[in-house]
Amino acid sequence: MPIELQNKKLEMRKTREGFGHALVELGEKNPNVVVLVGDLVESTMTNFFAEKFPDRFFECGIAEQNMTNIAAGLSVRGKIPFLSTYGAFASCRAADQIRVTLAYSNLNVKIGGAHGGISVGPDGATHQAMEEIAIIRSIPNMTMIVPCDYWETKKATLAAAAMFGPVYIRFGRENVPVVTDEKTPFVLGKGYEMRAGSDVAILACGVMVAEALSAAEMLEGKGIHARVINLHTIKPLDEEIILKAARECGAIVTAEEHQVNGGLGGAVSEVLVRHHPVPVEMVAVMDRFGRSGKPEELMAAFGIKDVNVVAAAEKALKRKQARS
Amino acid sequence: MLATKPDVTELKAKALDIRRDIITMLAKSQSGHSGGPLSVADFGTALFFHEMELDPKNPKWDGRDFWHFSIGHVTPVIYSLMAERGYFPLKHLMGFRSFEGILQGHPCRKEVPGIEVSSGSLGQGLSVAVGFALGARLDKSSQRAYCVMGDGEQQEGQVWEAAMSAGHFELDNLCAMIDVNRMQIDGPTEKIMRVEPLADKYRAFHWHVIDCDGHDMQAILKAFAEARATKGKPSMILFRTTMGEGVSYMEDDYKWHGMPPKMDQAEVALKELGTSYAEWSARLLAN
Repeated sequence: MPIELQNKKLEMRKTREGFGHALVELGEKNPNVVVLVGDLVESTMTNFFAEKFPDRFFECGIAEQNMTNIAAGLSVRGKIPFLSTYGAFASCRAADQIRVTLAYSNLNVKIGGAHGGISVGPDGATHQAMEEIAIIRSIPNMTMIVPCDYWETKKATLAAAAMFGPVYIRFGRENVPVVTDEKTPFVLGKGYEMRAGSDVAILACGVMVAEALSAAEMLEGKGIHARVINLHTIKPLDEEIILKAARECGAIVTAEEHQVNGGLGGAVSEVLVRHHPVPVEMVAVMDRFGRSGKPEELMAAFGIKDVNVVAAAEKALKRKQARS
Repeated sequence: MLATKPDVTELKAKALDIRRDIITMLAKSQSGHSGGPLSVADFGTALFFHEMELDPKNPKWDGRDFWHFSIGHVTPVIYSLMAERGYFPLKHLMGFRSFEGILQGHPCRKEVPGIEVSSGSLGQGLSVAVGFALGARLDKSSQRAYCVMGDGEQQEGQVWEAAMSAGHFELDNLCAMIDVNRMQIDGPTEKIMRVEPLADKYRAFHWHVIDCDGHDMQAILKAFAEARATKGKPSMILFRTTMGEGVSYMEDDYKWHGMPPKMDQAEVALKELGTSYAEWSARLLAN
């Protein structure tokens, strides 16, 4: 999914690499940081930590439910455990463990859910996690972050360690466009504007932030000024920035690499419907399982590319104009 | 951290008090589980009053042993053990399962000091104890981890994930227990979904297994001592118990798994236990 902004190709890097690098940084700073993995050391890029801190690294085998609760026990002993596996297993296989043991007890466990989204590619539907936002955000006490690129994943991981409580961080498999840099501010629970505009606002998370920025350039060519907001924290959701966008733009597009049911679009709509209803269009996977294919062709086939964001923005604008 | 450890006679007397608490709080709440708490009462008393290093007034004391009831539904015995050991006043037992009280139907970390991890969804607890044991070993601490499971609970798949990992990690600071009362909600465990032979299963998972009469206080203390002395592998104590032990009409009847006694039934039970509802509820409310 290479993206060009202002006719320049963006650097491509893996989000999970940001997770792996942040863990090493945390390991150096805090001897209580421990890492657990379920037979996916290299896929989750926890190998950097494992090589440096073998004593604080626990290979738990193919048993995600057990791993989740081992992390719980470590946290009771005062450790700050980061566990990692594919998002499909982290969120669905261990959902009961997250609900009852981690969240209900409000334990200080951090979950790195790798391989989120259709862009996982050739492995197909079972490995393309697209339900995590819906599952995790429905559970009290959970914090959930869907960072957009390498740098943001790194910052999200550091931020997760700095707060007390259970956190789920979702990242992907592929190289994705780097749209932030080392110095871009990251505040947990606060979205931020990446592009100004007041005709329509595009609220995006994860890899869709890059697609949204690309879409905004396309819209600019059509004389439509789109605001792009990076909503990396799904929970707690930044209601303020959503309502400000609704008031100032009057039309909203949400963009996520996730099922349309209960995802970012749902979360944003819950806020808008209660406080300031405006037309909302959702760019997401429309209640379907994925399939094998190349990441780029799957994103196109499932309708979550920049062109789909453009179409959604135009539709939202039309609905807004019909109201006035 | 008890100044002197109670002897067998004192432990038996304490276990009797625990049974009186259990029946009294269930009679008051008219909701909750009777059978399991009564089968756990004896080894639970040994665990809380003899085996573990605890500081109930400072439940987060760094040197504490970790205990966790994976069978969250046996809250009557958990709360009674906690209150009798000094975690909170006995009077709270009389608010068990009520909206106003702090004692939820299943253990809740947020509401009760000393409950380290909430539980209630079966099969999850052994993994938590494995995690604590790993953390303690990492810190070179002498703390031990204790986990109480049920025999019906062995039907949950996660139990075996946890059993495999405890054996693999050779956690000799972990002592797990199964309350083998042979009953679950729908009937005898043997009929619902056979879990035996438990000893063979755990041995195959690299555990040291101790079979023990769960109502013989002397044998219970010996089993805990044997587990403590075992090196290089985790210990599993299979406490062979009777559901509803101590209340004649409840014994060995699975119908009492999840049912509280009605007030007249409670009076019969408390009479068998040498007290009455009026006397024992007054004791709880006064402390």
